[in-house]
Amino acid sequence: MIERTQDSIGRVLLTVVVALVLSVLPLPPWLAAVRPAFLVLTVMYWSIAAPRAGGIGLGFFCGLALDVFRGAVLGQNALALAAITYVAVREHQKIRLKPAFQQALIMLGALIAYEFILFAIDGWTGHPITNPQRWLHALTGALIWPFATAVLDRVRGVR
Amino acid sequence: MAVYGAGNYRASQGRGTAPGFSFTVYAILAIVLMVLDRRGGWLVQARYFLSGAAYPLQLAVSSPAQAWHWTEESLTARETLQAQNAVLRARDRELSLKVMRFEALARENAELRGLRDALPAVADHWMAAEVVDVELNGLRQRLLVNRGAHNGVYRGQAVMDNYGVLGQTTRVSPWSSEVILVTDPEHAIPVEIERTGVHTIAVGTGDPDSLALPYLPGNADVKPGDLLLTSGLGGVFPQGYPVARIAEVRHDAVQPLAQIRATPLAHLAALREVTLVWFQDTNPAAPTRLKNAEATGGNPALQRQPAPPLDLLPLPAFPRLTPAPAAASAPGAR
Repeated sequence: MIERTQDSIGRVLLTVVVALVLSVLPLPPWLAAVRPAFLVLTVMYWSIAAPRAGGIGLGFFCGLALDVFRGAVLGQNALALAAITYVAVREHQKIRLKPAFQQALIMLGALIAYEFILFAIDGWTGHPITNPQRWLHALTGALIWPFATAVLDRVRGVR
Repeated sequence: MAVYGAGNYRASQGRGTAPGFSFTVYAILAIVLMVLDRRGGWLVQARYFLSGAAYPLQLAVSSPAQAWHWTEESLTARETLQAQNAVLRARDRELSLKVMRFEALARENAELRGLRDALPAVADHWMAAEVVDVELNGLRQRLLVNRGAHNGVYRGQAVMDNYGVLGQTTRVSPWSSEVILVTDPEHAIPVEIERTGVHTIAVGTGDPDSLALPYLPGNADVKPGDLLLTSGLGGVFPQGYPVARIAEVRHDAVQPLAQIRATPLAHLAALREVTLVWFQDTNPAAPTRLKNAEATGGNPALQRQPAPPLDLLPLPAFPRLTPAPAAASAPGAR
């Protein structure tokens, strides 16, 4: 079991880089508006499936990468992602046992919480963006969650 | 999801740091980062290097689109190129004619202003930059262009295209810089209505085809079709560059302010190349920077001047409206 954890670190990095590329890939506006937060979903997957492989540190540094790429305040995505990763790591045994539909609902909640933290920090730092579009990715993220887990399970070598 | 492997990690609880502790550490770290980033200072340098490090990945990510454009361009048929060439030639002729007249007008204007010497051009030099990445959504309207600090780009530099003002640079990295477009919800540009000379501010809406003018009163003299020029305030753009054209004016009886929309003249949605412009500080039309309510940059004659010595001031002889009633107040009558 420890061996699997060891070898998954390489795979974690691989999936994280792919997810980061998907997150920053230039897309036409209508598609970019509904683009799920791939990196957030990937980090959530790893913190539920293999909390030791990455954990909260992974969430923090992925969030930092997002901050750099998005040009946000450094630490904004890092804090939000670390927060939901913390909950996921703490509750990973419960979440893991849920059927896919309930997991997707949990992800919807997590993504809304994530976006809410970003929204709050946006407000505190003086540029509130109240466009309802910003919440849209939580929905698409929850919809794509079952497929994302299927793909990531294959990468991880389960099944 | 690996539902059946659930038991595997149960034994792992006892090892390593507790998640609560590491979350607290990371959360504090993130908050410290945010505070430092807001303050500016050394973290600006850190971010400069981080964004430099991120640039190769951004380039790689945008390369498929670039490659597509390149193939598209290299496969354009001869007829298309010839047609394009004809259009460009016609445009060139038209512009040359305009420039001929412009030179004369500029000289005339300088003479009218009483300036003997020919004025330097407002635009000192310019540089074309390719667009690497476009972010056009309701939250952010930004571009990433392939010129950075190594090319002399600075923060708050004017960015234009062939039709009008595009925006300004917000973050400069070693080899790239981020451009905030005039339509970004966080961007506001001081403008002047060309027909009436009224100054106001055009604010981005998040929609690439529309700017809002939220600060004009309901009875303001604005009509659809009016041209908005930069007013030269704000310290980024010189006076007189076209920004947008008024598209819609609505007067709502219950609102004290008019609801006005304008369409940017720059082609924001189909951008491949932009122009970064450096301005001559000595030109009267150069942008004025206000620092602590004191104008710096721009026309030196319009800035705060040192007070002339008092004895040189010609004292105006004010005629007294009422004659001095008593001899005591008029020293000459003693």
